Amino acid sequence: MKRLLVALLWAPATLLAAAGGYPLDPAPIEPRDLVSLQAGARTFVNYCLNCHGAQFMRFNRLKDLGLSESQIRDNLMFGAGKVGDTMKVAMSAKNGKDWFGVPPPDLSVIARSRGADWLYTYLRTFYRDDTTPSGWNNALFPNVAMPHVLWALQGERAYEVVERTDKAGHVSLERTWMQRTPGSQSAVEYDRTVRDLVNFLVFVGEPAAQARKSIGIVVLFVLGVLFVLAYAMKKAFWKDIR
Amino acid sequence: MASRLMALWEWFDARMPSVAQEWRKHAAEYYAPKNFNFWYYFGVLSMLVLVIQIVSGIFLTMHYKPDAALAFGSVEYIMRDVSGGWILRYIHSTGASAFFVVVYLHMFRALLYGSHKEPRELIWIFGVLIYLALMAEAFLGYLLPWGQMSYWGAQVIVNLFGVIPFIGPDLALWIRGDYVVSDATLNRFFALHVIALPLVLLGLVVAHILALHDVGSNNPDGVEIKKNKDAQGRPVDGIAFHPYYTVKDTVGAVVFLAIFCIVMFFVPEMGGYFLEANNFIPADPLKTPEHIAPLWYFTPYYSILRAVPPLFDSQFPGVLAMGVAVLILFLLPWLDRSPVKSIRYRGPYYRIALTLFVVAFLILGYLGIESTTVWGQFATTEGSLMDRMLDTKDRATWVARLCTVLYFAFFFLMPWYTARDRVRPVPDRVTM
Repeated sequence: MKRLLVALLWAPATLLAAAGGYPLDPAPIEPRDLVSLQAGARTFVNYCLNCHGAQFMRFNRLKDLGLSESQIRDNLMFGAGKVGDTMKVAMSAKNGKDWFGVPPPDLSVIARSRGADWLYTYLRTFYRDDTTPSGWNNALFPNVAMPHVLWALQGERAYEVVERTDKAGHVSLERTWMQRTPGSQSAVEYDRTVRDLVNFLVFVGEPAAQARKSIGIVVLFVLGVLFVLAYAMKKAFWKDIR
Repeated sequence: MASRLMALWEWFDARMPSVAQEWRKHAAEYYAPKNFNFWYYFGVLSMLVLVIQIVSGIFLTMHYKPDAALAFGSVEYIMRDVSGGWILRYIHSTGASAFFVVVYLHMFRALLYGSHKEPRELIWIFGVLIYLALMAEAFLGYLLPWGQMSYWGAQVIVNLFGVIPFIGPDLALWIRGDYVVSDATLNRFFALHVIALPLVLLGLVVAHILALHDVGSNNPDGVEIKKNKDAQGRPVDGIAFHPYYTVKDTVGAVVFLAIFCIVMFFVPEMGGYFLEANNFIPADPLKTPEHIAPLWYFTPYYSILRAVPPLFDSQFPGVLAMGVAVLILFLLPWLDRSPVKSIRYRGPYYRIALTLFVVAFLILGYLGIESTTVWGQFATTEGSLMDRMLDTKDRATWVARLCTVLYFAFFFLMPWYTARDRVRPVPDRVTM
C-alpha cells in the first residue's frame, strides 16, 4: 500500500505527443558535445538572432562552451556590444508585429517550453506553400508566421498529406516529402545542423544544467556518507529499545 | 574552552531558565511511544520542508521582482546570473511539491491510526488549518514566476470565487485588486506569499505541536501510553523524544533529502508536474492556453469541481462541492464513531472505506491533470434514452463523478459504518 502510494506520487510523467498532430522526431542531442554546441551557437547568431532575441542569455556565458571572450567577440558578435551583454535583437517588437503578424518570440527558454524534440522536428518540416504570406508553411506548426530561414541549407521541399481509409474503416495519414530544389547541405548534413542548433537552444534554456548534474552527484555522495553515519548512530542509541 | 562555554551557559540559564525548561518539556523529557513506524516520519519531514522553503524563499526574495514587467525576467536572472540562484529556485520549486507529498502522507497516517480521534481533535483541526494555509501559500506563490500557467491558473482560481451567489463578483475583484489578474494582483500575492501566509503557517505549526505535546503522541496501535506509567511517572512504552527520535528522524531526513536532491538535481521539472512547460512562456493576458491544469497537488479538488454539473448555468455547485470536500476534513473526529483508533484493530468496513477513499482520491488527482476526453466517450445511439439522459458522454467525467461520490461517501457514511464495524480488542501495551 505505502509503496504504491509513494510510487504514484513521485511517478515521472509520460510525455504525451500532441494528439493527431505531426509526429515528433526524437532530437539526438548531446548536451556535453562542445563541438556541436559551438556549431549550434554559430548557426544561432547567423540565422536566428536577426529576428529572435535571447534576452536573458549573456554572450559571455558562451564561455561554458569552451570559447574565450575574444573568440566570442570576434566570431559570434556582429554589433558593437560588450561581451557581457544579453542576446538582444535589434528589431523592435513593433516592427516584428508589422512584418510577420506576431513579434518573433524570445528564445531564452524556448527549449523548456517547447522541448527539444518539438524544435528538432519543427526546423526540419518547412515546405513551400504559395498560399501563405511568406511563401512557406510548416507541417508541425501549420500556418506559422516564420518563413524557412534555413532554406538555403535545406533547399525547397514540397509536402503532401493524403488521408487513406483501409477496408476496416481505419483512417490513416500518408505524409510525403519531395525535394524541389537542392540546398547547400545534404539531408544528413542539414539534420546535423538542426541537431547542433537545438542542442545549443537546450543549453540556452538552462545554462546551469550540466553543473546541476555534476553538483547533484557530489551532493548525493555526501548524503550517502551522512546516511551511513546517521544510521549507525540510530542503531547505537536504539540497541536497548525493544 | 569547554568550561568557558559551560560558564556562559550557566550565566544564561540563571537569567532565562525557560529555555532549558522548554527543551526538557518538548524534547529531552517528552515521552513518545516507542513503536513509531515508517508513517511517523512525515510530521517532522513537513517541518523540515517548511524550514527549507522559508530559507530558500528568503534568498529568492533578494533577487525576485514582484512586477508584471520584470517578474518573468527576474526568475531567469536568478536561474542564470545569480551565483547558486538556480539551486535556490529549484530547492523552492521542488520543495513546494515535496511539501504536499509529505503532508498528504502525514494526513494519511492520521486516517490509518486514528490520530484525529479523541483526545487529539484539536491537533487534527490545527492540522487541517495548516493544510488550508499551505494550499493558499502554494496558490499565491505559483503566480510569482509570471508564466502562462501562473497567470491563467490564478485567473481560473480567482474566478471560482466569482461564482459564489451575490458576493462573488465583488469578492473576486477584491482578491485580484483589478478586473483581470494584473500587476496589482502580483504585488499583493507576493506580499501574502512572503509575509502573511508564512506567519500564519508558523503560528499554526506551533499550535499543532503544543497541542500534540499536551496530550501526547498516538501510535500505530492506537494505545494511550500514558495509561501505563512507571514509578517515576513516565509512560512504560514511552521513550524520550531526544535522543531516540532525534537520531531516528535524522535517518529519515537524510533519506528524504536524498530523494529530494535526486529530483531537484536531475529531474527538476519532474516531467512537467513540478515545473510546467507552459510556465516557461511569459504571461500573456490576451492568449488563453488550450489546456489549463492546476499543479498536481490541487488536481483531486479540480476534478471534483469539473465533475459536478452546473445548475441553472451556474458553476456554483461545483465550487461548493470543492469547498466542502476540503472543509469536511474538520468534522472527521466527530464523524468517526469507531471505539478503536488504529486500523490494526478496526474491522473490514473501515478498511474497505479507506482503500476506496484513497483509490478515488488518486484517480481524481490523475483525472484533474488530464483533459475530460482522456478516456474517450460512451458510444450511444442518437435519440436513445441513454443519449438523452447523459449530459456528457466523456467517460472520464463519469468516472470522476463516481470517485466524487466515493470521496464524499467516505465522510458522510462514516458515522454509520464506523459504529457498526467489527472491531478487535486493543492490547494494553504497544506492540513492536
